Amino acid sequence: MRLEKRPERSNAMAIASPFIAFALTIVTAAIIFTLRGNNPFAALYVYFIEPLTALWSIEQTLVKASPLILIGAGLSVAYRANVWNIGAEGQLTAGAILAGSVPVLFPQWQSPLALLAMIILGVIGGMLWASIPAILRNRFNANEILTSLMLVYVVQLLLDYLVRGPWRDPQGFNFPKTVSFSGWQTLPYLTSGIHAGVVITVLIALALGLVMSRTLKGFEIAVTGQSPRAARFAGFSEKSTVMFCFLLAGGLAGLAGAFEISSVVGQLQPQISPGYGFAAIIVAFLGRLNPIGVIFAGLLLALSYIGGEAVQTALQIPDKITRVIQGILLFYILACDTLINYRIVTSSPVLQKA
Amino acid sequence: MKKFLMTVAAAAMMLGAAGAANAADVKACWVYVGPIGDYGWSYQHHQGLEAVKKELGDKVETAYAENVTEADSEKTFERFAREGCNIIFATSFGYMDPVLKVAAKFPDVKFEHATGYKTADNVTTYNAKFHEGRYVIGQIAAKMSKTGVAGYIVSFPIPEVVAGINSFMLGAQSVNPDFKVKIVWVNTWFDPAKEADAAKVLLSQGADITVQHTDSAAPLQQAEAAGALGFGQASDQIKFAPKAQLTAIVDNWAPYYVRRVNDVLNGTWKSQQSWDGMAEGTVSMAAYTNMPEDVAKMAAETAEAIKTGKLTPFGGKITKQDGSVVDAVDDGMILGMNWYVKGIDDQLPQ
Repeated sequence: MRLEKRPERSNAMAIASPFIAFALTIVTAAIIFTLRGNNPFAALYVYFIEPLTALWSIEQTLVKASPLILIGAGLSVAYRANVWNIGAEGQLTAGAILAGSVPVLFPQWQSPLALLAMIILGVIGGMLWASIPAILRNRFNANEILTSLMLVYVVQLLLDYLVRGPWRDPQGFNFPKTVSFSGWQTLPYLTSGIHAGVVITVLIALALGLVMSRTLKGFEIAVTGQSPRAARFAGFSEKSTVMFCFLLAGGLAGLAGAFEISSVVGQLQPQISPGYGFAAIIVAFLGRLNPIGVIFAGLLLALSYIGGEAVQTALQIPDKITRVIQGILLFYILACDTLINYRIVTSSPVLQKA
Repeated sequence: MKKFLMTVAAAAMMLGAAGAANAADVKACWVYVGPIGDYGWSYQHHQGLEAVKKELGDKVETAYAENVTEADSEKTFERFAREGCNIIFATSFGYMDPVLKVAAKFPDVKFEHATGYKTADNVTTYNAKFHEGRYVIGQIAAKMSKTGVAGYIVSFPIPEVVAGINSFMLGAQSVNPDFKVKIVWVNTWFDPAKEADAAKVLLSQGADITVQHTDSAAPLQQAEAAGALGFGQASDQIKFAPKAQLTAIVDNWAPYYVRRVNDVLNGTWKSQQSWDGMAEGTVSMAAYTNMPEDVAKMAAETAEAIKTGKLTPFGGKITKQDGSVVDAVDDGMILGMNWYVKGIDDQLPQ
């Protein structure tokens, strides 16, 4: 059995593939629920539909989707250019650290400018951290998959050091966390559950979608990814594309970090993200590497988190189900995408005698 | 498709009906930081949930969420509050600010936060005097160690942990004034691999007894593998180390949970700061094993003395590491402890 490249890929299937993948995920989830002895329809209802029936859980889903969309949109551009930034989780953390420096070092600074400074520093932090693998790839041809991933752990340890040491809340009994942020050091809330970052996220994703489809820069990125040789003939610099993609994805991840610590988390602590940077990789692929598609993919993945918790509390299904469903979803997307470009052939290749 | 939707709707109605059928008087909910299968901290809290179910039967409905990360816990508390929980137990320190935030939104829901220090009208804190048990195991360690050195694996330099180290040392010094303890900070509550590595290092550096203030049985298993001795933490871990476990400090949250849920049932729940110990049964010792009878007898007597109040681990004058003397250590000092007693060869991470 082997894979053979299809002469032509079907455009219809390319659009349908995430839906097929999602449907297969639902079927697999139903089988898993049944094997556990749960009523699969009840479990699927609690997982995927019930969270959308109440205002508060819709708000939670939107808030959860925000970092996923922000990071996923940046990653989708990078992946389009064949720039494999796997370290968005670290770039998020770096952004959170720089953004958090404002309320930690200047707790008295209460003005909209403080929030603005946090947001800008968040973007800069993510960009700085993302520029390291970009420089390493451009200068030394180092594999950016490895370097960007490794740097995640480095910056997480830096955060760990800061919140246990110099940035620890002096009134916090040695517990590893900074002071709680308040006032203009946190994002304004539009409703009781939705913070301003959610709106900014959607605007950024839409803008990126336009950049990719309507501008020369978008064309340059797409060409560099699909055909580096053609890109060189067109005079596009691969190195500057690599740097651009890393700075864009890193900056957006850093922005997500700044949003998280100034809203949901409200302080710096050893762990500030349940793995948004990694989950956003799924979001980017599920969204067809298109920033607009990423909006929907981010919402779906956010729903998988919220629903995973719902089945846990309502039906006592272990929390690992969230990871299982996310993993199955990514598996099916990649499988569907592979089968769009390739077909499975069972016979052995015909050898032609010379 | 239509048929599918109808089945889903029917399933939803069944769910709704099921919800109405066990209309209990009180819904009590627990949030755990680790897996309930950690056989340590979260496991013991879950045992408390089981005890509540058993004691209060149909009057109470329970629910729980496990592996809830601290960064992500606010929405879990909000979910429970919205799903009609009357009392929510938040069983990790890191839940403190999320609990207070959600509690402010739901003034009618009672919140109980383990090991924290911030309260509100509907937020109680509760903790246990684990350091009482540590005094007992300090004495056992000093009796049983051949090298006179214990290896101590610790999570975070918070007061509860520091008080535990001090109490262990005071217990050990009451038997052997020259007893030494080596300390490794692993900066995690639950990471079996990291805890095991720390135990290996300590055992290779001359310690022949391991103590841990982390949640897994891994250090004890390392002691077992190395032919050394050790103590269980939070739960009786004898099945992980039948030859190595001397005893274990067992957290028994059941009496507290039953009492508090009952308070909600009777409408007598009040915000408070609860700090129970051996006297109330929240802290108890597992069977004394793998030691001679005289040591077991001494340990049992010490535990009994603490239980009846004849002995307090921090009783009398205490000399600090820096040589200064504290005349009397009160509860407030223990709850905010950030200094070592004399004889500990380590610096608190600052």
